[in-house]
This record gives sequence, C-alpha cells and structure tokens, in this order.
Amino acid sequence: MDRPIGPAAGRTTSGGPVASGGPAGQPDAAAGPAASWDGLLRELAPRVLGVVLRRYRDFDRTEDAVQEALLAAALQWPAEGVPRNPHGWLVTVATRRLTDQWRSEAARRDREVNAAALDPATRSSAGTSSTSAPAADAALDGPHGPFTGSDGARAGSTTTAEAVDDTLTLLLLCCHEALSPASQVALTLRAVAGLTTAQIASAFLVPEATMTRRITRAKRSIAEAGARFGPPPDGDYGARMQAALHTLYLIFNEGYTATSGDELHRAELTREAIRLTRQVHRLLPADGEVAGLLALMLLTEARRPARTTADGELVPLAEQDRSRWDGAQLREGIDLITATLPRALIGPYQLQAAIAAVHAEAARAEDTDWPQIVALYQLLERRAPNPMVTLSHAVAVAEVRGPRAGLELIAVLDDDDRIAGHHRLTAVRAHLLELAGDTTAARAAYLLAAQQTTSRPEQRYLRGRAARLAE
Amino acid sequence: MKYMLLIYSSPATWDALTQAERDELERLHSELYYELVRSGEWVDGNALADPARSVGVRVRDGVRVTTDGPYVEVKEHLAGYDVVDCESLDRALEIAARIPDAAICGVEVRPIMDVGGMEM
Repeated sequence: MDRPIGPAAGRTTSGGPVASGGPAGQPDAAAGPAASWDGLLRELAPRVLGVVLRRYRDFDRTEDAVQEALLAAALQWPAEGVPRNPHGWLVTVATRRLTDQWRSEAARRDREVNAAALDPATRSSAGTSSTSAPAADAALDGPHGPFTGSDGARAGSTTTAEAVDDTLTLLLLCCHEALSPASQVALTLRAVAGLTTAQIASAFLVPEATMTRRITRAKRSIAEAGARFGPPPDGDYGARMQAALHTLYLIFNEGYTATSGDELHRAELTREAIRLTRQVHRLLPADGEVAGLLALMLLTEARRPARTTADGELVPLAEQDRSRWDGAQLREGIDLITATLPRALIGPYQLQAAIAAVHAEAARAEDTDWPQIVALYQLLERRAPNPMVTLSHAVAVAEVRGPRAGLELIAVLDDDDRIAGHHRLTAVRAHLLELAGDTTAARAAYLLAAQQTTSRPEQRYLRGRAARLAE
Repeated sequence: MKYMLLIYSSPATWDALTQAERDELERLHSELYYELVRSGEWVDGNALADPARSVGVRVRDGVRVTTDGPYVEVKEHLAGYDVVDCESLDRALEIAARIPDAAICGVEVRPIMDVGGMEM
C-alpha cells in the first residue's frame, strides 16, 4: 500500500500566500536550550555531520562519530547543562572520536605491520582537536573540503540556510540509488533526523542489531558507489530529489499506520517526516512537489486523532468525527497547497494534497465536493497512473455516478499483476458492492479482503464490516 | 515486510541422511544465517527440540490439561523457524529456497501481521 490517504484533491481557490511569515515558513526553533533534548539534538545532528564531513569525508565513520557525540550529549547535558555553543560542542566531540579512532587504528597497524602507516588526514588533524575541551571550538579550524560554501569557523553559528543546506545535501546522499528504499529510510532517520539506531529499530519493530547491520551496510554501499558529501552530479539531481521525497513519504506513512499507544516510536516518524520535509521546503520554496508533499503530510496527519477509536479500531474517512481533526494543521496544509497549485509545475504530491484539501474543507462527509475529487483523480491518473490511484478514483466516481460505475472502473485491475489479489482491491470492491445493495457478494468480498491483509487493525475492520452485513 | 519461514522436517527423510550430509546441511544453514545478518534482514530464528519434547496445553472450564507429545501426530513436523524482514515476498521465497531443509522436506513462508493499519 503506498498512500496514507485517498489522494485528495486540488484547490484552486485563492488563499494567502505561503510566505516565510506563514506557519509553513516558521523556523523549526533551531537550538534553544528550552527545546526538548531530543528535539534539540535531532535539529543539530545533520548540521554537525555536515561540518565534520566537510573536513573528513569518511561518511561511514564520521556518521558513527556524530552518533556517539549525540549520545554523549544526551547523557551529559541534562546533568551539566547545555553548553553555550551546543553545535560547536558536538563538532568537537565528534571530531575527537574520529581522531581517537584513527589513532588507535594507526597504532594497531603500526604494531601489526611494524611500519608507520599514518594516513595524512589523520596526522594533520590528530594534533589539533582530540585534546581540546569539548566546549571549545578549536576543532572547527582546519582543512575544509571542496564543498565548503561557508567558513568552518562559523560553524558554531551556521545560518539557517546553511544548516538546511547541509540537511538537504545529507538527505540526497542518504537517498543514493545504490540503496534499497528500506535502507534509504533507515539511513535518513539516523544521519539526517538524528534518531538513534535503537529508536529506529523500535519504530520498525526489529532488533537493534538488525538495524545496526542495515545502516552499516547502507553506508558501505554509498562508499562503494563512490558518493561523497556534496551536491549530487548534475544529471542525478532530479532523480535523487524524487527518491528523497519518496523516502520522506515512506517515513511518514510508516508512522501514520501506527494505531496503538504503545507504538510511540513508530508514531513519532510522522513528526520527523514533517519536520524534515518542512526544512526541505524552506530551502526550496519554489519546488511545488516539496510543498505538495508537506501539505499532503499536514492534511493527513491532521486526521490522526479521528482515524482510530480509543481501543485502536480504524475509523474510515466517511465516519470520522471531523471535529477531532487538527484545525491548525488543516489550515496550514490548505493554505500551502492553495498557494502552490497556481504557480508551480503540477505533480502527483500536489494533486494528492489537493484531494486531501477538498476532503478537509467538507464539514461533514456528505458535504464532500466529489465531482472536484473525481476531476483531480483524472489528472492524477494521467500524470502518475498506478492501480492505487485507480482504486481511489473508482471510490470517488461511485459517489458521483453510482457504485456500478465504480465497479466498472476497477474491473480492469483484476488483470493487473501489481494489485490483483491485493486486499485493497478486494476491500474497495466490497465497499462498492455494499453501496450497490449486493449484500451477499459484499460480505464475501469483505471476508476475502480480511484474509488478504497482513494488518491486524485492517483485518478487524474488514471482519467487522462483514459481520454487520450478516445481521 | 516480515515473514516467518517455517521449516518442516520428517523423520523418514532425516534418518536417511548420513552424518556428513547432516553436517553439510548445518553448514549451509549457518552460511545463510550469516549472510542474512550481514544484509540486515535477519530478525530471529531457532531450531526446535524434537517433537517428543512437546507438551500440549489446553484449558477447559478454567482447568489446565497438559498432554505429552506433539499436538497432532503428523509425518512432518515443525523443526525450526527463521523470521526475516525483507523487501518483498519474492525475496522471502528466495531465502526460503536457500534453507537446506527446503530440498529435503519443505519450508512454508507466512507473512507476519502488522500491528499498524490504514483506514479504508
């Protein structure tokens, strides 16, 4: 399943411009000591990594060193207070870890090979930083890589633009085509979002050792592909950007499917996805698809309070208590997509956000502007045809022209390998059959879909629907 | 997506193997294990004791009744399992086919249910 919501519809009404003063443009409160520890450290993580990578280039080890610095800060700061320059502190500690590691490796090599095989990079840096106090910014002096747009000495007070720039550069690196989508997601969460391996493992319900391996392997793959910290090669930018947006979308989706209170780490993923997408949007405000993705996330996340009951049962869109939707998120999402559509090159994320906005604007399910949603799905099918879109399109068509018209639309999907036998297709068929009054067939289809899904809440929901028809 | 690979064994085929053949199966399985650990796909896995060590538990009217031996007598029994987290069913099938027991008895691939879900 690849979409959190039925892609929703576009907005063509005019709204306030989404300028940097609007909610969408608010800075994410970079480094205030008042921010929660996690929040502060996550915000700093990619900026610290960016600075250290400019000097040392070794992505695998530098990323490990920054993680260790973040862990050290999480232990030390609550007890001793936040250093005056938290960013500089982290850079210094990470650099020291790196140089210590190089030294001990060099010493081992010396012992093993009985030859001084110090790497020039190690030699030049070893003297400067590893003895300096963590609070000092001494580690910020030194050789810089070719991508140094900024002066390393200013790193402790990097501007927002530079910080976000590093975040984007890292994001594009983590979404290198040599990695599988799952690896891109894991690496992005660690290197860009600053989550610990334990947190990522917990979000994906796998042992920490498994996640460690996945991340290590991802970093190796990047190194083997010869990729470096810096802008991707010219020809790769578009594809890499697309992969990055998809990765953010997957992170969001993973979090959005979480239904119960004990999955805190998983639910947190939606917040992280929104935070990162917001940063990318701030850097590339003219990119309509980035704005569209952010709007889509906000409009979807706004429904979270209404999408499950207290005991974790799924509530379909039509039956959600709309007064529980998050009004502030809805408004931000609507304003953003409204301002974006007229001026940007239209793309699938914008269209999905637009559809979500049409749903958001209906005070009651029966007030939904279905003809507009149908029109938007037609656009989406033309721009990004895929069976999931066809399914949602069919549901909208059924609302406008009746359930039989919807059933006709999905008939072709039985021959489509990408979705034939998928529980979503069966569930939509069940829904349309129910609307058409064919109770027996609808019930059978709900039960079949319940067998096909691998989600327990979905299975409960589908069985519940079938049971209701049996009464 | 997580899958459980249920590894079946039958005494008839297992007993027919020589010790060297059994050692070779062990070796192949541990080779696969290390490969899956390295790829970050391995989640869990164990060999199970002989079905003779099984104890069945039933509770009726609040009373616990236990029975020694397997729940049902069958020619093939569950001998172990692996849990993998991989990209697709195709990949899970590929891994299952590499479990040496697949060539002797059989392996069953079952998706593990997700605790999350999407509203319809």
